[in-house]
Amino acid sequence: MNWTELPAWAALPAALLLIIGGLLTATGSLGLLRLPNFLMRMHGPSMGNTLGAGSVLIASMIISSVTAGHPVIHEILITVFIVTSAPVTAMLLMRAAIYRTRVNEERRRQQLPAEQSGQSTERSTAD
Amino acid sequence: MMRRIPPVFLVVLVIMWLLVNSTVSLGHIVLGTIVSALLLLAAAPLRPLQPTIRRGYRLFTLMAVVFVDIVRSNIGVARVILGLVGERDVRAGFVHIPLDMTDPHGLAGLSMIITATPGTIWVDLNLKEKRLTIHVLDLLDEDEWIHRIKERYERPLMEVFE
Amino acid sequence: MNAFLDGAIWFAQACFALATAFATIRLIIGPAAQDRVLAFDTMYINGMLSLLMLGIRSHSTAYFDMALLIALFGFVGTIALAKFLLRGEVIEP
Repeated sequence: MNWTELPAWAALPAALLLIIGGLLTATGSLGLLRLPNFLMRMHGPSMGNTLGAGSVLIASMIISSVTAGHPVIHEILITVFIVTSAPVTAMLLMRAAIYRTRVNEERRRQQLPAEQSGQSTERSTAD
Repeated sequence: MMRRIPPVFLVVLVIMWLLVNSTVSLGHIVLGTIVSALLLLAAAPLRPLQPTIRRGYRLFTLMAVVFVDIVRSNIGVARVILGLVGERDVRAGFVHIPLDMTDPHGLAGLSMIITATPGTIWVDLNLKEKRLTIHVLDLLDEDEWIHRIKERYERPLMEVFE
Repeated sequence: MNAFLDGAIWFAQACFALATAFATIRLIIGPAAQDRVLAFDTMYINGMLSLLMLGIRSHSTAYFDMALLIALFGFVGTIALAKFLLRGEVIEP
């Protein structure tokens, strides 16, 4: 059976979940673009990572289970993997960001009295 | 010398093996059990700690609570991103939470819950002072966040793992 | 009803393409290195979801294995990059 012949009771929730997942993921990535500083930007993609990815994976499970005629639930592995690996990524990135901001500030403090020009501060924040 | 194979890990690994192969045939169950047991024997020196799970049913109510919170905070973060919070300024900041939990499995679970909930990110854990630092996107009231993390997540996890 | 599902699949694919575009812009404009790593992290999640959509469209399970592999390798890549930002080397002596 092809997915174009899905019964309505399966097609409707799957379609709704796909729309919700797409909107959440797009909003999360928009947050990556719109939010003003790095620490706030960290929160945007975590929307797409949890509920966005989760609803798309559930929709995929519904569609492939109904078309195959038996339960196909191996997508749950991806969900488990994303949820268990997200804290490690977030923790390391957060630590790297805090460490680099501190190093840059120290470097700027050492450079500013000597050079007195705006160029050095610009370079040290933009690397 | 025969080392003890942790039963919980064995069951989880066999389930993962069956999910990857998407089958429940007897041959795959036997093969998966053998491979998982060998892997666990090889990995035993890396992880000497064993989780002690009591009142495991509390994990399911906790998962339901976390799911509701994930949905609610997704809506909250989406409102912040799309600028639908009205005139007020959104203030992000760090919150320091005094923890009572010391079990590493419970702390790992807490880190997954906090990072999976949009709007909060686990930053640092000071084990000496038992202080957890999280970063909150929309920080209105620090005490409310401390109360929420301790009551909703930490207490059930402590009941299960300690 | 199935036209609705077809439209939903198209819509979701467009959303993931848009999300990947946002992440690409953040990857290019930076400003700091950690922003670029975060954008890369977002890009691989979006790419994985796009692959799953392709899997639904073409009704094949091969895409699932690819999505799982992208999730695994993207995680390892992000960890290596974050570690590099933290210390300047990936494996500490």
